[in-house]
Amino acid sequence: MAEVKLHGALPSPFVYRVIWALKLKGVPYEFVSEDLSNKSALLLKYNPVHKKIPVLVHGGKPVCESMVILEYIEETWPHNPSLMPNNPYDRAHARFWIKFAEDKGVAIWKMFRSTGQELQNTMKEALEMLQTVEEHGLGDKKFFNGDNIGLVDLAFGPIVYWLQVIEDVVGVKLFESHKFPHLHAWIENFKQIPVIEENLPNQDELLVALKLRREQLMASA
Amino acid sequence: EMEGENEVKLHGMWASTYSKRVELALRVKGIPYEYIEEDLRNKSPLLLQYNSVYKKVPVLVHNGKPITESYIILEYIDETWQNGPRLLPQDPYQRAQIRFWASFIQQQLFGSFYKLISSNGEEQEKAVEEVFEKMNVLEKGMKELLPEGVPEVDGNNFGVLDILVTATFGPYKAHEEVFGLKVLDPEKYPLLFSWVQKLNEIPLVKGVLPPHDKLVALLQFIKQNDLKPSS
Repeated sequence: MAEVKLHGALPSPFVYRVIWALKLKGVPYEFVSEDLSNKSALLLKYNPVHKKIPVLVHGGKPVCESMVILEYIEETWPHNPSLMPNNPYDRAHARFWIKFAEDKGVAIWKMFRSTGQELQNTMKEALEMLQTVEEHGLGDKKFFNGDNIGLVDLAFGPIVYWLQVIEDVVGVKLFESHKFPHLHAWIENFKQIPVIEENLPNQDELLVALKLRREQLMASA
Repeated sequence: EMEGENEVKLHGMWASTYSKRVELALRVKGIPYEYIEEDLRNKSPLLLQYNSVYKKVPVLVHNGKPITESYIILEYIDETWQNGPRLLPQDPYQRAQIRFWASFIQQQLFGSFYKLISSNGEEQEKAVEEVFEKMNVLEKGMKELLPEGVPEVDGNNFGVLDILVTATFGPYKAHEEVFGLKVLDPEKYPLLFSWVQKLNEIPLVKGVLPPHDKLVALLQFIKQNDLKPSS
């Protein structure tokens, strides 16, 4: 089998998506740790457009963008567990929510980087995003596609897990369990999946790392 | 044939680049469909129901079930109607490359177009630079993806990238006329330019792209009234 390498840097939320997908599928891979302040020539060669991690390299051929990588993994290793629905309509539905996570999930990262009025604005965006997912995306299903975990869960996983830490770092409270009962149940179920549980950054360590990062951002602003 | 079997409807808007993508795909595949023109200032209740999250066009309705987001609709069409030309290759690696570039066009390129048309003065000058940068990246990317140059395109050989390039750049003359900026410069982007020339010759494309004068009039109206494009 052609060799699989994952170029990444922990604790990037986008890298975790790929780790989870590879481990759920049982695909062996080598993790190549990148120093983001000093990107390797190889990374720049593999991702000349965005110069970002994660990059999956399969048999020497690079795939970039975490959700593109996830669909590639599902199509290349279609064995169980299946991470996308079988029929085109449900797949289109899953892709809709994956795109929503990509387009609207950014509110979380923007929140992390902002203060004052901008923070108020990004909080509002984040709340709207959560409300839409709570009502229209998840509903009362256990996972986004039903009983089993799939790519949509991997798309939202880092957004919600990181949000729980970012709230503490920024000193706000958005993701309240009485407001988002479905999402709260979902993230608990998500974290209990063995592959996920074994491959999650520790929230206390993440808190320390993100606090430091936010201080650096605020200082250079 | 039972009533409602394989019933396809498209809620679209005649000037929307996203709507055009879907029309191109339906025609390439030879899928009969009913077209419903939406007035974006007065959206139909059906549209609001079908696309409750974004309330936008295009929406494809297949046997009563709605599919939204133009690129997602393209993949849906390819997976559902498997006879006729394939819009995407079978190979997962090639599919990943196409998805990467579709995402680039959507987020990076369109993002910079939007900044260009919604800014003024110095901000707009920066936006122009950004557009040229992104076009450079796209030109280079397409050169690498298509090392033999642009393949022959016709009504039977028409894939997702052809659809995206047609819908984005096909009406370039109207854009140039209204915004006074040559984005699709043949000297800077020879591959993209020659690709668009080839695409615009195809009868399928001529039948779908918005009429030049009508598009110019709409874009002038948007520009003069400082409106933001809604889809």
